[in-house]
Formats: sequence, structure tokens, C-alpha cells
Amino acid sequence: MEKEVVIKSENVAKKFGDRTVLDGVSLEIYRGETFVIMGGSGCGKSTMLRHLIGALKPDSGKISLLGKDLSKLTDDELDTVKKKIGMSFQSSALFDSMNIGENVSLPLKEHTKLDKSVIDIVVKMKLEMVGLRGFEDLMPSQISGGMRKRVGLARAIAMDPEIVFYDEPTAGLDPIVAGVIDKLIIDLSKKLAITTVVVTHDMKSVFSIADRIAMLYEGRVLEVGTPDEIRKSKNPMVQQFISGSADGPIKFFQQKDDYLEQLIK
Amino acid sequence: MNFIERIGGIVISTGRHAKDVLALFFDTLFWLTAGPLKNKFVKKEGIFAQLVFAGIGSLVIALFVSFFTGIVIAMQSAYQLSRFGANIYVAPMVAVGIARELGPVLTALVVAGRVGAAIAAELGTMKVTEQIEALETMALDPIRFLVVPRFLGLLIMLPCLTIFADIMGIFGGFLVGVFNLRLDPYRYITFSFQFMQWKDVWTGLVKSVVFAIIISMVGCYMGLRTKGGAEGVGKATTLSVVTSFILIILFDCLLTGFFYFTQK
Repeated sequence: MEKEVVIKSENVAKKFGDRTVLDGVSLEIYRGETFVIMGGSGCGKSTMLRHLIGALKPDSGKISLLGKDLSKLTDDELDTVKKKIGMSFQSSALFDSMNIGENVSLPLKEHTKLDKSVIDIVVKMKLEMVGLRGFEDLMPSQISGGMRKRVGLARAIAMDPEIVFYDEPTAGLDPIVAGVIDKLIIDLSKKLAITTVVVTHDMKSVFSIADRIAMLYEGRVLEVGTPDEIRKSKNPMVQQFISGSADGPIKFFQQKDDYLEQLIK
Repeated sequence: MNFIERIGGIVISTGRHAKDVLALFFDTLFWLTAGPLKNKFVKKEGIFAQLVFAGIGSLVIALFVSFFTGIVIAMQSAYQLSRFGANIYVAPMVAVGIARELGPVLTALVVAGRVGAAIAAELGTMKVTEQIEALETMALDPIRFLVVPRFLGLLIMLPCLTIFADIMGIFGGFLVGVFNLRLDPYRYITFSFQFMQWKDVWTGLVKSVVFAIIISMVGCYMGLRTKGGAEGVGKATTLSVVTSFILIILFDCLLTGFFYFTQK
């Protein structure tokens, strides 16, 4: 059976000032799969994610989401596409001025004509999925980081999106909570049959959730494949990243000048 | 050469900021007027919260400042006028001075320090913690959602505050006139209104409307372009207050000149 491509990027390039962040990234993501974009800090993976959700526009190249070329959409059409995607942010990005129930119900209140009582039920269902039913009245400042992440997740799936994007879902969480989040991501993608795109550098999380993995390095795709293919990859950079060793082809220190010369100067 | 280059740089960046603030202003007006046509209304709750915050929250401090300013003007003008035995002229001096100038300007400065700073800090924090981006990903426009309620809150409340401040300032002068200068209260009041005209009040209110636009737009603009964590939020807040103060004084001068030459 032919797999349906829901996200497609072709040769996406982006520069911030003089610095090239993305240098021709081409990816295809299929419906229903969990796709992980991994890579070191500053490799451009978060920037790539922001391009995929239409928050940034590429300097060159093309991105299509659910069959629509993002660069050709008007603002209203882009909004229609955005209603079909959900995003879970690295810092959760919950609205401080609203309680948890209001955070989750906001997109429903704004974009649907559902009755308040129906919205309340939907909110309870979404919070139940992330194991936080009954917490509606707490403020984001009153709950822990892991719980905030889960509320962010509930908000991301509030509109029953076709695609959910996760930016560093396990960053800054303890291993158990990180495991809970990973399980949640898998559960949600299976239960709701949604396409999932995760950006992370947490290797444990990568191999437990991914159907396919793309490794990014210096704004380019090094390799794309299933977790097994990536594990067996012959590319030394990929191997170094998986094992997390300091020595290897990926240099951690960027030496711009001669060290001695700079010391004396 | 370097000096000239620097001045040129400042002029160019000021021009760019001015252009961006104007763009934000027009976007705000767009959502106010065209939004309802597209069935995208601005939330009543949001506007109400801002009305309470900008208006009722600022009332006490605005009255406080205006009351003591009224007293000060009364005493300072009495210091001069008593030499000519013209103490009764303290009444119109306070009334006209407060209504035309000090009521609107001092209220605007107080509100810029209190509400403008809060707007910049709140939106700035939302920017650096990805909340603005979260709104955009949900297809909710931050201008409709955050800027328009703050704009309306100030636009409605600053003139109201100014009216109360005017009354309070005149009352402050009245106290000095009656208890210190021993003027007849009834005569003080009739004399005030004999000189103070309707145009003195409405020109003051026009000023306060312009100041409301300045405070809300500068606060929102500085907040929405915040970068760089907590330090950035601090910078945005400071910059918003300083810019608002300068613009309020500048536009006060321009408007006073305009009314002086057109409303004789």
C-alpha cells in the first residue's frame, strides 16, 4: 500500500544573518507514523520544526503540510491548516493568566461553536488522556514541570489534530517523568491515529517512540531510517551521537583562531 | 565621521521603530473594525479585565498625584499673585492649568509607569516563554487576542481617569484657596468656571486619548519584540516606560501648539 505523505519539505534553507541554520533539508513524513528529528544542540532541528508548523518562512525550498504548499497560502488558509495541527512546546508555553482548564479549552472556545457544557466534557476527556483530570482549576504556576508538559500536550490535542509536533518533550524532566511522557506520546499517536513529529536529543526517548528517525547535523540531513537502521548505521557521526562520546568526527569545540595566538594577543 | 555615522544609525533605527509601531497600530485598528465582520470578535472578558486593571487600578494613584499638584499650583501662583492682591485669580489658574495641561499629562505619565510597564512586562514574558508562539500555532492572532483589549482598556479609561484627576486637582487648589488664602468658597468656584471654558476640558481629553494610544502601542510593541529571557523583559519594560514618557511630552507639546493656534 502506498503511504500517504502528510508533511513534505524540499530543500529547505534558512539563514539567520550570516549563519546558515538549515542547508537544504528534504524530509517526507507519512500519515500515522511517529517521526523523530534528532541532532545536537544548534543543528537546526528546532528551526526545522518551526518551519514545518509555518511559524518561520524558509529562504528557499518548499514545505507542504497536509497537501498544502505553505508559502502559497493566505493568512486565513494558513489558519485553517494550523487548526489541524497541535504543538507541544519545550517550555510548555501554558498561558500564565489562565487556569489549566481554560488553557486546554481555549482553542475549542475560539475555533468551534460548541456549547460550554460540551467543551467542559472535551476538556475533561483530554485531561484524562494525560492523567490530569480534576486539575482544571489549578494555575500553571501551581503544578510541576512534568505536569505542565502534560497539560501542554492536552492542549495540543484539544482540537483533535491530524498532526502533533513536540519540541523537546522530555528536556529538563527526571527519567521517570520522561518515561511517562514517552509512553504518553506513543499512546496518543496509537489511540488517536495521529501523525507525530518529535524533535529531541534524548536518545533513550528517540529509540522508544520512533517509527522513523532523521538525524540532522549542521543544517543537513545525515541519515533517515528506522531505529534499527539508525543503530546499525555506518556513518561515524551517527554512531558518535548515539553513543554520546566526546571523541569522534563531530567536534564539540569550534576553534576559530589559533589558541596560542589568542592567548598571547 | 564615526559620530555622524552613529547619529545616522540612531535616526534610521528610530524611523524603523516608528514604522513598526504604526504598523501595529493599524493592525489593531484592523482587528477592531474588520474583525467583527469576519466574525472574529475581541473577547469581552479580556477587555473587561483590562478596563479594571488600567482604570480602577490606577484611580487612587492618579487622584493622589493630581490632588497634590492642584495644591502646589495654587500655592505657587498665590506666591506671585498675592503681590498684586489678585489672590482670587488662583482659582482660574488652577482650573485651566489642570484641565488643559497637568491633568491629562500627569495622569498619562502615572499610567505609563504603571500600566504601560505592566503591558510590556507581561507581553515580554509571554514572548520569551513561547506563549505568543503558542497562540500563533493555535491560529489565534496575538494582536486580536492581547493587543486590542489592552488598547481599548487604555483608550476608554485614560480619558475617564483624566476627568477624575481634573476634578481632584481643582479640589486641591480649592482647599488652598479657601483655607490658606481665605477666599470665599462660592466665589472661588464661580470664578473658576467663569474662566474655564468647555474647550479647555475637551482639548485636555483629546490629549489623553492620544496618550492612551501612545502608552498602549509602545507597551505592546516593546513587549512583543522582547528577546533574551529575563534580561530582555527588563529591558523591554524600561524602554517602554522611557519611550512612552518622551512621546507623551513630545505629543503634548505638539498638541498644545496645535490647539493654541487653532482654538483661540
